[in-house]
Formats: sequence, C-alpha cells, structure tokens
Amino acid sequence: MSVTNVLDVKDLTINYDNQPAVDNISFDVQQGDCLGIVGPNGAGKTTLFRAILGLQAFSGKIKLFGFEDSKYKSIIPLIGYVPQKVTFEPNFPATVYDVVSMGLISDKRIVQGAKLIQECGCCWNRIYQTIKKKDDKITQALHTVGLEFLRNRRIGELSGGELQRVFIAKALVKDPLLLILDEPVASVDVESQTKFYNVIKTINKENNITILWSSHDLDAISKYANRVACMNKKLFFHGEKEKFFSDKELLKMYTESSMQMHMHNHDMH
Amino acid sequence: MILEALSYGFMQKALIAGIAVGLICSFMGTFLVLRRYSLFGDGIAHVAFGGISVGLFLGVFPLWTAFIVSIFGGIGLQKLRQSTKISGDAAVAVVLVSGLAVGVILVSSSGGFSVDLFSFLFGSILLISNEDTIMILAISAGIIATLVVLQKQFLHLTFNEEQAKLVGLRTTLLNYAFVILASITVVTSMRLVGILLISALIVIPNITAMMFGKGFKKTVCISMGISVISVIGGILLSYFLNLAPSGTIVVIAVGILVGTLVLKSTGLLQKVDIKNPSEITHNS
Repeated sequence: MSVTNVLDVKDLTINYDNQPAVDNISFDVQQGDCLGIVGPNGAGKTTLFRAILGLQAFSGKIKLFGFEDSKYKSIIPLIGYVPQKVTFEPNFPATVYDVVSMGLISDKRIVQGAKLIQECGCCWNRIYQTIKKKDDKITQALHTVGLEFLRNRRIGELSGGELQRVFIAKALVKDPLLLILDEPVASVDVESQTKFYNVIKTINKENNITILWSSHDLDAISKYANRVACMNKKLFFHGEKEKFFSDKELLKMYTESSMQMHMHNHDMH
Repeated sequence: MILEALSYGFMQKALIAGIAVGLICSFMGTFLVLRRYSLFGDGIAHVAFGGISVGLFLGVFPLWTAFIVSIFGGIGLQKLRQSTKISGDAAVAVVLVSGLAVGVILVSSSGGFSVDLFSFLFGSILLISNEDTIMILAISAGIIATLVVLQKQFLHLTFNEEQAKLVGLRTTLLNYAFVILASITVVTSMRLVGILLISALIVIPNITAMMFGKGFKKTVCISMGISVISVIGGILLSYFLNLAPSGTIVVIAVGILVGTLVLKSTGLLQKVDIKNPSEITHNS
C-alpha cells in the first residue's frame, strides 16, 4: 500500500457560539514534514490542534494515516502534544523523570495503535511489541532534549525553557507518529529558544518525526520548517516555505497583523 | 508505662486501626490535596453523617449505610463538577449541606442525638471492636493495593487531566474510581477522628510533606510517616493525659506542620536537601 499522508484535514469548520473559529480549511501533512503554522492570536491555531487531538467537536474530516472515527481515536495516543502552557501546582511533588514517564503510562494503547498502523502497511516501520525498557526510553528522551542532568529535579524548580523541554521529552518518549507543538517558546528566553529549536531540528531530521508547529517566530519558521500554513480562521496559504517567504504581500499582511481584513481581498482574487 | 498501655486490648486495636487509617488518609490525601479537593473529605464526611442517620433511623448497621450514601455523594459531586459550571468548592458545599440536612431531619425524627452518633461525629477509636478493626484493616489493605496499582494513572490525572486523556487514559472512568475510593477512605476513617476532623488527616500530613520538596513517592512516604507518628503519639498521649484521642491526633499533626514551617522559614529544611553536584554546575 502506498504511503498515505500523516494527516489530512478537509473542509474543517469549528464554531464557537455560531462564530467560526476555524472556517472551512483543508491541508495535508506528509511524512517527515515540519509544518509551521502561522497566524495572529485568535486565528484558530490551538482550536485546530484540539480538533486533531480529538478534544474539540468539528464538522468536516480529519484523517490520521488515513484513519477516521474510532480507528482514529485509537491512534491518538501516538500523537505527541506540547501545549502552549501546562498549569500545575507549584509544589507538585513530581520530578522531571516522573513527568516524562507519564508519556508511557498507557503503553498498551500505544502498542495497539502502532500495530493498527503497521497492519495497514503504512510507512510506520517501528516495531512495537511491548515497551519493556521504559527507563531506557525515558533516559533517551531526556538526552534528546538535553535534560538528563535534571532527571531528579522537581518540576516546580525548573525555568520556563526547561519545562517546555520536559514536556517535549514526555511527548517524545512514546516515539510519536506526529508531534504537535502549540507556540512552544511563547514564554521562553532567547537562549532557551535556541536550545529548543535545535531539539526540534534533531527530532525532525534525525528521528524523522513529523512535526506540526505553531509559532509567531517567522525567523525560526524560515530556518526549521519545510512547509508553512498561514491561517486566520481561514487558511490562505499552505505550501513550501520558500514560496511563502518570497510572497512579500503575504508577509506584509502577516507582520502587520491585518490578515483578517486582507484575507477577504485575497480570497476574492 | 508505655508497655502497660500497649498491654490493653483496646489500645492495641486502636493503634492497629489508627495506623491503617493514617496510611490510607495520607496516601489518598496526596491526590485530594493536589487536585484541590482538600475539602472533599469534609463534604463526604457530612454526607456520611446523613448515611449514618439513615442507618440509625432504619435500625441497620450505620457504617454500611454511610458507605452507600457516601459513594453516591462522591459520584454526585463528580457529576456536579463535570456537567455544570459549578466550581469545585461550591459543589462540595452543596453536597456537604445536603448530607447534613438529611442527617439533621432523620436525627430529629428519631428522637435526637444518641451515643452512637456522637462517636461518629467526634471519633471513638478506643471503643472499636475486633470486627471493626478487622474491617478497617481489610478495607485499608484494599485501598492501598488499588492506589499502588493506579498511582501512576492518578498522578497523571492529577497533574493535568487533558494531557492524561491524550496519552490514552480513560479519564472519566478514573475520575469515578477516584471519588469512590476517596469516599470509602473517608467513611473508613471516621472512627478514628470523627466526621468533624476527618479533613485534618487528609490535608495536614500532605501539605507538611510537600514542604520537603521531594518527588511523588518520597512525598507519599513522608506524609504517611507524619500520619503514623500523629496517630501513635495522639493515641498514647490521650491515654496518659486522659484527652480525646481524635483531637490529640490532629493537634500533633498540626504541631508537626508548624514545626516544619518554622524549619523552612529559618532555612534549615533546605540545608537538609542535598543536591546532586552536577545539577548545581549546570544551573550556575
């Protein structure tokens, strides 16, 4: 069977109180892509991610490796997700190791989901029997994000940048099919951002994990993404990053944060 | 003198049952406190008061009716939080006063307060029978075994419910299992400190343990240690000084909390916390 797209989104619409938060958008994500999603605040990026993760009702179609409905739900545990912000009690008695190990908590469902994908002959070629050496996987995930030395540190004692990398390690520990990062460096200092982007590059290029990533940082998108989607409720660009960054009009619209107004004009053309 | 106290059967039963209750309250309490359900124990204990009144009114063993009514109370509380926009503390208040109101009506209908009811309100650990002790031990063993099996799931649910759902946990089912387990813990513990002081055993050892800045397992162990010390100290002290055991247990737990706060404010607690040298290097 030929390789299907990792993700297919078709005619996706999500309404809040009869107002569209995401308005009839369609795009795909291919194996190995690092798709950067740009758009102003309130553009519907997080809502789109929540729909992909099965946390948000929608109309239209979303397929993960060609699967829909109940089969789709059974492979959601194979998606790694790092939200914009995770809130927790400052005194929460969990170490970095404890939090990363949470990613493997339902290992049976991860294995079931992976088998389902293998049975369909998709390109997903990692062989899951059982996740036996959990400790090794946790160590490996912490190594990837460069936080091995903090494994026994309480999470309440970490900086914003370190915390984000812990959550990436938690998402990576199960060898995700797809990694979704929702504005992951929104509240992180510049030095931590550089470390973070290097991690993204490693995950995508060396571990060959497909990434869907929303950000306001156009420089980072131009460096690390290979494709770009630009949205403000509607999707008005989806394609190779070179095309996006060479379109001066698009860039101007984005940087002036006046996409909504221009989007209609763009659609009319 | 201590050996003499321990030679009495009622003291042995009180200590055995008390330690078991201390262990389940501190273990379950870790999750309750972190989920901001600190007053859940109070709410369910008051629902249990309604259940006990039902038992006394009907002439049935009151602890069984307390178990049944409290489990339904816990499930009701969970439903109220999930399906309405009522906040957690308000939902606890609704359930708490409902249980209390039913209890007051039934108590007044059956001729007022009895000795039995007082023993549930203020605890009666020195009066428990062999059967009660065995029942408390069996239920406590069941609760601890369940918590050990489900601790990782409960920890993730407590940490972030949405993230727990995304890694494939059945969060709705786990939430119901959690409130049922918590309700059983509260009713089992009522004989030790009574309905009015049950929250103390759930909350105080845990907030004290969290000040030590350790990971989950160590925090649970510290909390259990504080609970056991409070229970043993409280029961023995109450015997020698002729005090109410429930109040003495809670006062000792509060004393440990205050002591820890003082240590922390003077910086002595941090000095005990030895850090890995590699951690210090990387963060300097």
